[in-house]
Amino acid sequence: MRRRSFFARVAALAGVAAVRVRAQGRFQPPQDITPLINEITKGVAPEKKGVEVELPLLVENGNTVPLRVRVASPMTEADHVKAIHVFAERNPRPRVASFYLGPACGKAEVSARIRLAGTQQVTVLAELSGGRFRVGPRDVLVTSGACLDDASL
Amino acid sequence: MILGKVQVPASVKAGEPFEVRILVQHPMETGFRRDADGHAIALHILDRISCTLGGKEVFRVELGSGMSANPYVAFFAIAAQSAELAVEWGDDRGDTGRATALVNVVPA
Repeated sequence: MRRRSFFARVAALAGVAAVRVRAQGRFQPPQDITPLINEITKGVAPEKKGVEVELPLLVENGNTVPLRVRVASPMTEADHVKAIHVFAERNPRPRVASFYLGPACGKAEVSARIRLAGTQQVTVLAELSGGRFRVGPRDVLVTSGACLDDASL
Repeated sequence: MILGKVQVPASVKAGEPFEVRILVQHPMETGFRRDADGHAIALHILDRISCTLGGKEVFRVELGSGMSANPYVAFFAIAAQSAELAVEWGDDRGDTGRATALVNVVPA
């Protein structure tokens, strides 16, 4: 290896390491949200279908991210969605919001604007009548996160 | 008094779901931010919105700091006859607000 290319490689490696360290310090590490989900499901395993989560693939500003959730349900007295819970594993407080619905809603669809502190997986848990649960995970790329300002870098 | 508004379609068909959109003016301070002098800005969150149609609760939300400032929430409801839709909200400092809209039902 030539002396010049050796220095170039060392500098490149140091640069990558510095960026990694900075990124880790800057963003909240993903938290394990299974205890939060278990608190609601009481150990019942949720089905991984029937929850459609509409989020942009790439978010430029994590402060307002449009979110729309659709759960396939007839919304009758016997079979309806009781609640929709939204979790963001990398937010300082992962529990974003809980929507409580009933048969009078006619349609299990809600939308809101949420904050996301960085690229992460957003998990939507739907609580159905009769003690059943459905879960819909969705990945989202955030270029500029919410909640953290320059003071906490 | 926290200001906000609720919007429903001008007329809805009986038994058909219609979208109700709610927008509330609130800073939704997370408690993690600092001001220009470096002092922490205290947590200030609108934590609940509930909605009744003709006096019966149809929808309720529990919000956290993960909701954007000036929270926007939309959901669906069905009405059999014309009724008043009332939305109430409150924050963690005991402030509340309320908005109403008339749901005008036309035969399907």
